[in-house]
Amino acid sequence: MNTRSIPDRLQSSLERKLKSWESLLMLVAIGIFVANSFASPYFLNAWNLSDATYNFTEKAMIAFAMALLIISGEIDLSVASIIALASTAMGAAVQMGVGAEGLVLIGLATGLVCGAFNGILVTGLGLPSIVVTIGTMSLFRGISFIILGDQAYRGYPSDFAFFGQGYVWWVISFEFVLFAIIALIYGVILHMTNFGRAVYAIGNNPTGALFSGIRVGRVKFILFLLTGLMSGIAAVCLTSRLGSTRPSIATGWELEIVTMVVLGGVNILGGSGSIPGVVIAAFVMGLVTFGLGLLNVPGIVMSIVIGGLLIGVIALPRLWTMWRTR
Amino acid sequence: MTKLLASREALLMVAIAFLLAIIAWRFPAFVVPSNLLAVFNDTSPLILLAIGQMIVILTKCIDLSVAANLALTGMVVSLINIAAPGLPVIFIVLIAVGFGTLLGMFNGILVWKLAIPPIVVTLGTMTIFRGIIFLLTEGKWVNSHEMSDSFKSVPRADLLGLPILSWIAIATVILFTIVMTRTSLGRAFYAAGGNPHAATYAGINVGKTQFWAFTISGAIAGLTGYLWVSRFAVAYVDVAAGFELTVVAACVIGGVSIMGGIGTVFGALLGALFLGIIANALPVVNISPFSQMAISGGAIIIAVIVNAQANRTPGRIILKKAEHAK
Repeated sequence: MNTRSIPDRLQSSLERKLKSWESLLMLVAIGIFVANSFASPYFLNAWNLSDATYNFTEKAMIAFAMALLIISGEIDLSVASIIALASTAMGAAVQMGVGAEGLVLIGLATGLVCGAFNGILVTGLGLPSIVVTIGTMSLFRGISFIILGDQAYRGYPSDFAFFGQGYVWWVISFEFVLFAIIALIYGVILHMTNFGRAVYAIGNNPTGALFSGIRVGRVKFILFLLTGLMSGIAAVCLTSRLGSTRPSIATGWELEIVTMVVLGGVNILGGSGSIPGVVIAAFVMGLVTFGLGLLNVPGIVMSIVIGGLLIGVIALPRLWTMWRTR
Repeated sequence: MTKLLASREALLMVAIAFLLAIIAWRFPAFVVPSNLLAVFNDTSPLILLAIGQMIVILTKCIDLSVAANLALTGMVVSLINIAAPGLPVIFIVLIAVGFGTLLGMFNGILVWKLAIPPIVVTLGTMTIFRGIIFLLTEGKWVNSHEMSDSFKSVPRADLLGLPILSWIAIATVILFTIVMTRTSLGRAFYAAGGNPHAATYAGINVGKTQFWAFTISGAIAGLTGYLWVSRFAVAYVDVAAGFELTVVAACVIGGVSIMGGIGTVFGALLGALFLGIIANALPVVNISPFSQMAISGGAIIIAVIVNAQANRTPGRIILKKAEHAK
């Protein structure tokens, strides 16, 4: 997309900047939390807060994989459509009498297949991921529309409801635990393994990474697979929570997920970002939408806030540097 | 180079002819001139937007806010029409173009002055523009009976056997063919996307060129906004929702390279016509309209694969780039 410039100072300054970004974001999260508890008397209630986590858990699961993908310099705009297709596949399986375990397997498998399809097109044929995934975004959801039309699948088995509606302990939902585990796994993968270093290297300089012995194509393919798998997991949770499938399920989520990743401090051009940042960004977005919801602000106005956040978090630091250097 | 472009467009023309031949084989009534003109008229908004989008994509950017710009401008002129029913339509058109231009300039300024990646800017403004419509109207519709007759009649008015809407599309195609091939601004668009570094050394301000691309895209989207709401005689928040992807699809199918620097107005026209014919033919050949989404998704993927094959430099690659890595 844009020209990639080589930073004047490496690592140390960059790391400091990242750290300050996350602490800034943490302050924002705390500020929103405090503002919410003053704005609405219903906010500080364990069950309400537990409900609030559903605003971001499913999106955040995908956002972790998306963060790795964006750090490596690619993007996947088809994630919400993968949810729709995986959910449709599960709905169709229900009609044939498949049980809860089978449904989960079908959901995850559909996600993996879609991710592999994206990955083959991008790494196998060397196509730009933004066009490929705009295409598969229409294709995957389009298949759901062909299968379902204006109908809906219902009648999910009662033990399937646990994934989206179950509680592990008191107010701690199954989805929240899953979110925490996935966050931990991705944090370890990105920040503590060779694979994670390879992701950063590819994002900063794909050709350089190739010549230092990193299998760029394979790493990117795995990242697309992971994003597909996460979309499959999110589809299981969301379908189980809603108890029904329509082809319009999760419309527009790709935007919110990309916003979450960028808000978390991941460079949209690739090369930098962290999982803790994305985790805090998930909480920020969840708290904002939940707080506004308690104040009876309609969803579309929330989307102005989300869109403004997306531009603002990138624009403000740049305006600040421009103002300081003049 | 010219040969390559010519062959790509020739290929697309063959594809369109083939498509028409298949439809004509089963439904001869579809290809009578009067119906083809109706299809052209129906595709005119897509043609207009595709030309604007093509210019943006040429400069290595993308404008995902066109449909939201269209909807917002359409709503603004509808509200003006309600407030001042006597205002001559020429002023309405000027306001629509002017307002759309401002929205486009807003995108352009963020991309030029703050160097925010275009996909982030326009994802954000896409939701913000739609949100503003909601704030303006609180979700209410502007219906046919609230619009003045002159407001509604212009795009349908007949001139030499064709509606004004079609003439506007034809005029825009001619205008921008001249701009892109015969003016220094047109060359600058190609240069800024084809090789930004070389363009900078040749004295072209890449950021400013991108700003003008967004401005043109915004102006066209604004004009289309008026044409759209007056043609369908209704304005509401979700007008043309998701249409930005169809516009990008038309460009990609028309041989516009998402990496910038490659594409023609004629190609964008053909890409739009290809999608327009499919959209109009589906109900005729008794395929559920629900399958249109999957078909356009599939068409994007096939088009981008074909384009990539055509772009592949013949001969042996001596020094591999990461993009070629398997």
